[in-house]
Amino acid sequence: MLSLLVFLPLAAAAVLLLPSIGERLARGAFVAVTGIEVVLASLAWGRYDAPASGELALEQRVRWIPGVGSSYHVGVDGLSLPLVVLTTVVFLACAVFAVRESHRPRLQAALFLFLECVCLGLFVSADLILFFVFFDLSIVAMYFSIVGWGHGDAARSALKFFLYTFLGSLALLLGFVGLYVASDPHTFDMVELAAHPPLQGQGLAGGLVLSALLLGLAVKTPTFPFHTWLPPAHSDAPAIGSAVLAGVMLKMGTYGFVRIAMPMLPDAWRAWAPVVIVIGIVSVLWGALVAFAQTDLKRMIAYTSVNHMGYVVLAVGAAGVLADGADEARRVAVTGAVTQMVSHGLLTAALFLLAGSMFERTGDYALDAYGGLASSAPRYATLFTVAAFGSLGLPALSGFIAEFQIFAGSIATVPLTAVAVLGILITAALFLRTLQRVFTGPTTGLSEGFADVAPREWASVGLLLALSVFIGVLPRPLLDLIEPAAAAVAHLVGR
Amino acid sequence: MSTGTDVLALLPEALLFLGGMVCLVGGSFTPRTRQWRLRLLAGAATLASLGAAGVAWMGEDRTAFSGTFTVDVATGAARVIVTSALLLLLVIAAGDLKDHPRESETCSLLLFGGAGALLLAGSTDLALLVVAFLLSSIPLYGLVGIVERPTSAEATLKTYLFGALFGILLMLGAVLLYALAGGTGYDMVRTELPGAPQAAIAAGGLLVLAGLLFKAGGVPAHFWVPDATEGATVTAAAFLTTVPKVGAVVAVTRLVGVLPGDLRWATLLGVLAVASMTIGNFAAFAQSDVRRLLGWSTVSQVGYLLAAAAVAERTDLGLPALLFFLAGYVVTNLAAFAVTAAEPGRRSLDDWAGAAAARPGLVAALVVALLGLVGTPPTAVFIGKLTTIAATWDAGLAWLAVALAVNTVASLFYYLRWIRATLRPETDRSETTGVQSGPALAAVVASATAVVLGLLAGPIWLWLT
Repeated sequence: MLSLLVFLPLAAAAVLLLPSIGERLARGAFVAVTGIEVVLASLAWGRYDAPASGELALEQRVRWIPGVGSSYHVGVDGLSLPLVVLTTVVFLACAVFAVRESHRPRLQAALFLFLECVCLGLFVSADLILFFVFFDLSIVAMYFSIVGWGHGDAARSALKFFLYTFLGSLALLLGFVGLYVASDPHTFDMVELAAHPPLQGQGLAGGLVLSALLLGLAVKTPTFPFHTWLPPAHSDAPAIGSAVLAGVMLKMGTYGFVRIAMPMLPDAWRAWAPVVIVIGIVSVLWGALVAFAQTDLKRMIAYTSVNHMGYVVLAVGAAGVLADGADEARRVAVTGAVTQMVSHGLLTAALFLLAGSMFERTGDYALDAYGGLASSAPRYATLFTVAAFGSLGLPALSGFIAEFQIFAGSIATVPLTAVAVLGILITAALFLRTLQRVFTGPTTGLSEGFADVAPREWASVGLLLALSVFIGVLPRPLLDLIEPAAAAVAHLVGR
Repeated sequence: MSTGTDVLALLPEALLFLGGMVCLVGGSFTPRTRQWRLRLLAGAATLASLGAAGVAWMGEDRTAFSGTFTVDVATGAARVIVTSALLLLLVIAAGDLKDHPRESETCSLLLFGGAGALLLAGSTDLALLVVAFLLSSIPLYGLVGIVERPTSAEATLKTYLFGALFGILLMLGAVLLYALAGGTGYDMVRTELPGAPQAAIAAGGLLVLAGLLFKAGGVPAHFWVPDATEGATVTAAAFLTTVPKVGAVVAVTRLVGVLPGDLRWATLLGVLAVASMTIGNFAAFAQSDVRRLLGWSTVSQVGYLLAAAAVAERTDLGLPALLFFLAGYVVTNLAAFAVTAAEPGRRSLDDWAGAAAARPGLVAALVVALLGLVGTPPTAVFIGKLTTIAATWDAGLAWLAVALAVNTVASLFYYLRWIRATLRPETDRSETTGVQSGPALAAVVASATAVVLGLLAGPIWLWLT
């Protein structure tokens, strides 16, 4: 089931490499395959039964390299299944958005289907080497997406992105090898490593291995001070590349925290929790403040991603602080963190697609080049407003559900984390100011003659926002999925 | 044990040597335009050698000629790697040597060099080591200089002088160790040496190691490599960066395994490995000629291989990691050189502009090869690098593991420069030289093999342990 879900896009990508396939057919196949993927992911959700703590559902395990204790092991639980579904939805939205793509659409479809394969593969991996394989391949695929379909100084931004995240991935690999060497018998299997965490009670070694993992994941997330690759990569990436990068690939970092770092190195995680919390708070505030200072729409959204991922880091850090009677709060914090990953994936993907629409029409992201856009493009303004409100955490949208739980959990455990609430205030201010500048007032500058959204944009952005509203109004189905797994992580890190 | 079975134990090497002889003699009797027949014959001899190597691998470990030559997993793997590499090289040679006056001579030198490298890999005797060094070096000098070009004279001279110097050092070291151990066999070295003066052992070991480092193209005996890869034919460049390294690295492993005080040797080798990786990487940054870039890249790759060699005898993971890495490195490196052979007109990085649009299949092979050399999963070098990192860490040399990872990041930069160049839109390229179909085929086959080897790492691993 999961293998089909992961490798169907790969097979489709291989077929799309045939030069004889026409452009129309390629674009159609892109939408069709990503659509089938959403159906497959929903079926997987339908067949999913919450597994016992520390175990996985829909598991599959095949020997791969038994000599080094690595196998093809996949499975899902409440941490990964929401992200799997999110991935398929974001890719469907991107495929729909790209149905008018005229620049090498066949290769773009093949590349993005390949990217979908590696993103899904990463989230279902239950083996560190398998995880790393997908982690690295996602970087390669995104590099070619930026170089091949980006604009501006795309080659330079892509190189920076590649070098930076590759550095992170190798730090991660060192951490994985550290876990492998310390485990007995040597294994790369995530389930076994989480069940019998190595390096317990070995302060220095555990701290070193964790710091390698943290470095790798922090670059990918990205958190302050490793975020500098993100804004150039986003501003020069194509719209759907940005949507996937922000919507799906940033989650690989935060997912690594809850899937690998916390359950496998509980001792070290608790020791490092204060550092993680501080990094989270700084990311929240720094991301918000720098976003506030941006004049370029895409860079602004990119920095709000640093802010939003900061909440996740803050929450997982707080979950590592053991206090009397705080068990419930720690569970809530982890649940909030996972919910935030899903919520941010939907909302930021929507925002980046909208920014892409803007660039397609005018070729400019500069905020002050626009004014009064709401009167020339009212539907565009509606979509943007909903996405912006979701992003700033308005109730009835998914962002609120996530951030409320993060703060409820974190402040109860570590009251000092309340400073990060300032971040919400700043993002609210910056989104309101942006809405006011770009959409209200008399129609000026590039807003004149701005064509309103086309059906493909309605469909793609609307899908993402509708899900965000759904989660905001009826969060129970999602939370029912996440909560048992979050409780398991909170328990594992407390060992 | 009778001489007959001893000769049989060296059948793969003998077949290569015989094939080389036939090529050499037959070349004199074959018209220039028909010399492809001899290339075919060389291929047949190599294939037979590969088959014999496979059969020998099924058999038990053994030694031949009074313990001077050992047939074990390492020898078996080296045989399979070297003969497979030779087959690819014979196809690559179709590019720049088809109907060339030196076609048959090149083929025979390739086979002689391959046989020499295999002797080097299997040798467990200092005297045989010296012979094997010469057997694999002399064809190398010939190969580098066989086609006269303005650049090849300097390359040959440099290779020859370095080879002569390090060959003498190797002999000196071998004599020293012989004097200390009272015998040339590695068994004697292992049992007799621990009582000898430390300084003398260190000097002898270092000198032999230096000679082997010349063959491996590792620091400090690496200066000839970039010149040779730039100046010689692609076939020679592809050969000298792969086949001799296999023999040399396995020989280093065997030597370090028998010298007393193995931790210090592992540490020393680790330091040399880090130096190789780092110097190779930093020198490759500034290159604009793709073959020179690949030349420096092989210096850094040897660093990773030496890191694996340093711990090969110290952990269970070490030897299989080394052998797998060797196989992955050889096939990936050959793929990269085959790509340059397929497009002989594109020498500098700028020449590669527009290549992705003009030759998508070839550039795809190049991308796989270059990302493979970086160690991107799921290619073979990734598995090799991963297991090497694990092995070095397991052996207590965690700093070596960290150095490996850091150097991998550094290497990404120059490999990406090449990939980026292919994606740039074409600038005015006046002359379009024809694409060579033979090397293009070799490039695609080799890069596909690099991926398949990585995916099939599990079953292959079992063979190596």
